[in-house]
Amino acid sequence: MDATVQNGGRPAAAAPAAIELRGISKSFGPVQANRDIDLRVEKGTIHGIIGENGAGKSTLMSILYGFYKPDAGEIRLGGRPMTITDSQAAIRAGIGMVFQHFKLVQNFTVLENIILGAEDGRLLRPSLSRARGVLRQLARDYELNVDPDETIEELSVGHQQRVEILKALYRRADILILDEPTGVLTPAEADHLFRILRGLRDEGKTIVLITHKLREIMEITDTVSVMRRGEMVASVKTAETSPEGLAELMVGRKVLLNVHKAPARPGQAVLEVCNLKIVDDTGVERLRGIDLTIRAGEILGIAGVSGNGQTQLLEVLGGYPEKGSTLSGEIRVNGTLLSLSGRTCNAAERRRRGIGHIPEDRQVEGLILDFAAWENVAFGYHDAPEYSRGPLMDHDAIRRDAAAKIQRFDVRPPNCYLAARNFSGGNQQKIVVAREIERNPDLLLIGQPTRGVDIGAIEFIHKRIVDLRDAGKAILLVSVELDEIMSLSDRIAVMFDGRIMGERLPADTTASELGLLMAGVDPTFRQPEPLTQDP
Amino acid sequence: MDLNTVIQILDSAVRLMTPLLLACLAGLYSERAGVFDIGLEGKMLMAAFSAAAVAALTGNVWLGLMAGLLGSLMLSAIHGLASITFRGNQLISGVAMNFLASGLTVLLGQKIFGLGGRTPTLTPGAELEAQVTPFRIWLSGITGPDAAGWLTATPRLSDITLPLAETLRPVPVIGPLYAEVISGHSILVYVAFLMVPLTWWVLYRTRFGLRLRAVGENPASVDTAGVSVTRLRFAAVAIAGLLCGLAGAYLATGLSAGFVKEMTAGRGFIALAALIFAKWRPWGALGATFLFGLLEAVANRYPNLDLGIVTVPSMFMNALPYILTVIILAGFVGRAIPPRAGGEPYVKER
Repeated sequence: MDATVQNGGRPAAAAPAAIELRGISKSFGPVQANRDIDLRVEKGTIHGIIGENGAGKSTLMSILYGFYKPDAGEIRLGGRPMTITDSQAAIRAGIGMVFQHFKLVQNFTVLENIILGAEDGRLLRPSLSRARGVLRQLARDYELNVDPDETIEELSVGHQQRVEILKALYRRADILILDEPTGVLTPAEADHLFRILRGLRDEGKTIVLITHKLREIMEITDTVSVMRRGEMVASVKTAETSPEGLAELMVGRKVLLNVHKAPARPGQAVLEVCNLKIVDDTGVERLRGIDLTIRAGEILGIAGVSGNGQTQLLEVLGGYPEKGSTLSGEIRVNGTLLSLSGRTCNAAERRRRGIGHIPEDRQVEGLILDFAAWENVAFGYHDAPEYSRGPLMDHDAIRRDAAAKIQRFDVRPPNCYLAARNFSGGNQQKIVVAREIERNPDLLLIGQPTRGVDIGAIEFIHKRIVDLRDAGKAILLVSVELDEIMSLSDRIAVMFDGRIMGERLPADTTASELGLLMAGVDPTFRQPEPLTQDP
Repeated sequence: MDLNTVIQILDSAVRLMTPLLLACLAGLYSERAGVFDIGLEGKMLMAAFSAAAVAALTGNVWLGLMAGLLGSLMLSAIHGLASITFRGNQLISGVAMNFLASGLTVLLGQKIFGLGGRTPTLTPGAELEAQVTPFRIWLSGITGPDAAGWLTATPRLSDITLPLAETLRPVPVIGPLYAEVISGHSILVYVAFLMVPLTWWVLYRTRFGLRLRAVGENPASVDTAGVSVTRLRFAAVAIAGLLCGLAGAYLATGLSAGFVKEMTAGRGFIALAALIFAKWRPWGALGATFLFGLLEAVANRYPNLDLGIVTVPSMFMNALPYILTVIILAGFVGRAIPPRAGGEPYVKER
């Protein structure tokens, strides 16, 4: 291998791989993010790296970009061994990286962002005018059009991403790494991005695409590697594999594509909502008269495009309606009326009434990221008698309980002293789910249970939700993922513009019918509503 | 109010705004790079003391100026170490600098001069002579008595008369304005005013300025571009130290003649308020500090402002700059958006 290196700078007949990693390992404290990784990417190809959240994909690429130093291992670029000590070294070696969270200066212009760190001299003017020319050329070559004088905060997310790609190309990158590039894009923007990437590949650039979306891998990559729990489990040609095969490699076992559940045996009504209305402090009607009933032992799924009142519904049920809003209507749980305002309308009171809540945004409402997992497991229930010793908290008891719950919910790593921030998205969600489900609530409110959660954790969380239902509890499930709603729910209600557009049984409906309802069109009962107000 | 009075007030305003302007620009460099600097006050105080002390001991104000810069830089280095290298809380580190300066200046002053914390007055006289003599004798051994006498004869910054000042004086309005307000200040006043366009140019026209602004807005963008966040921030903090050094040295050897305990009197905090008022822009800093300088000048000129019906007491007039500070900090001047990454130590995220 070493013999093929640099004969007059030109690669020998058997061209060395653009990127070759050997035995890369990296750990953060107790978390082993990468373990003995080997990877080979040929020049002029698009290579996908797929894996669940927390599988170590981003860490691996950050190592390649010099953001982290590996604990062990070797990096070779074009057959030449490299020590990439910092980002500057990576840029010199021809590597460009588009991070999941863009590294752009919001109030700088596109041009200023492009030249930052790659200026030609001490004065800006020559660099700016040269960059302007280069940008015009790149825009022509690769459909990378952006107004160079616009500030970043004025640009759409898709355009901001183009700026990141342009930054890399301006630095003459031959290897372009993109970390979850489509997570923030609309489908049309994603298609445009793929056209750009194909154009770049055809020019001889090497592209590494990190994603957890199988569809993208199948659509655009030439070769693909699969990572699982910090290890590289397979590298294959995309044409020789299938989505099912990749999914299985990702999670390490057969994926349940459908949730297996017995038919529901609904009992008494647990939640009754009658003509619930919310007007927010700006006078906009957020809920326009909601009527709902959920019985013990059933899952009611609420489908809808986000921003149609689902959040407000969850907040008022959870006991924290938005400040300054005016509420009317009735909510009953197990027959008792809940207060909609005043001092008895709070989350703690709701919990005492047997309502559990897995909030929509786990990082803001569900967890305190800087607190340890065991503390997070106790939140909301920290006054519980089993957590107390007289007037004091019994930390030992809480830790024991938290450790047991973390064990049962397979939170990885199973370390209850680790701050919530240091868990991957799926494992953070498992902590929240464990806390709420293990309290065995009569009514469980669930908002977006699997947003940003990997396939393995989705399956696990779904199974727990169904188990709770089978234990005779009522469940309100709000999700923007139609597949999730259709596979989990016993009944489906569709929300649009603060109203329930209609209820359907999953067996009797189709995605397209629900889609119409979600767009405010009732295909069976009523004429289309005039759209008076933007949700 | 006649023209003469206006000119006198403006002249006084220019002198009084100079330390504010230098400190404000110091804060601007530091905060634009994302390091909050509440320790401007302490750095100025340290510089004022070091400058006055060395000027008193050597009889040479330029050596005093050097000492002032060093004193301020020393505190900057500690602030940088605490808040950049060790990622400590920038506000706490700044407050610590203020306490350190406040205590250290008085302690050292008493130890060296035994005058209750102040330095000898920097005007020729017996008090100063007594301090300078040992240095002059030592220097004579090296340079000869004539040179030593010459080198130890300027303990204070002298005022510079600009060319044509006297020739133009008879010209109505412009003449006295030029001769009094523009001409006849110490070198540091001119340095302070030149720093404004220079700072603007550095920030918006140079590579260093681009990176400096970027590191205060989004340090990750600078880091991923392969530029050291730490080095940039240290550079900014060092510049802030130098500017505070100039401000303090001017205070003790230009505006007054010697150091007295707590002589900065909150000017570092007023400079911070001016920085917010200026929305972290160099020309804005000029305007904001002029306003504060003017208020102070008016207060000095009219201790008891007679408005016919009521007489505004002097305490109120003296408090005016501080009242304005409170009003500005309370956000009555419109929204000022600070640098986005200000106050946050930079840590690489996963």
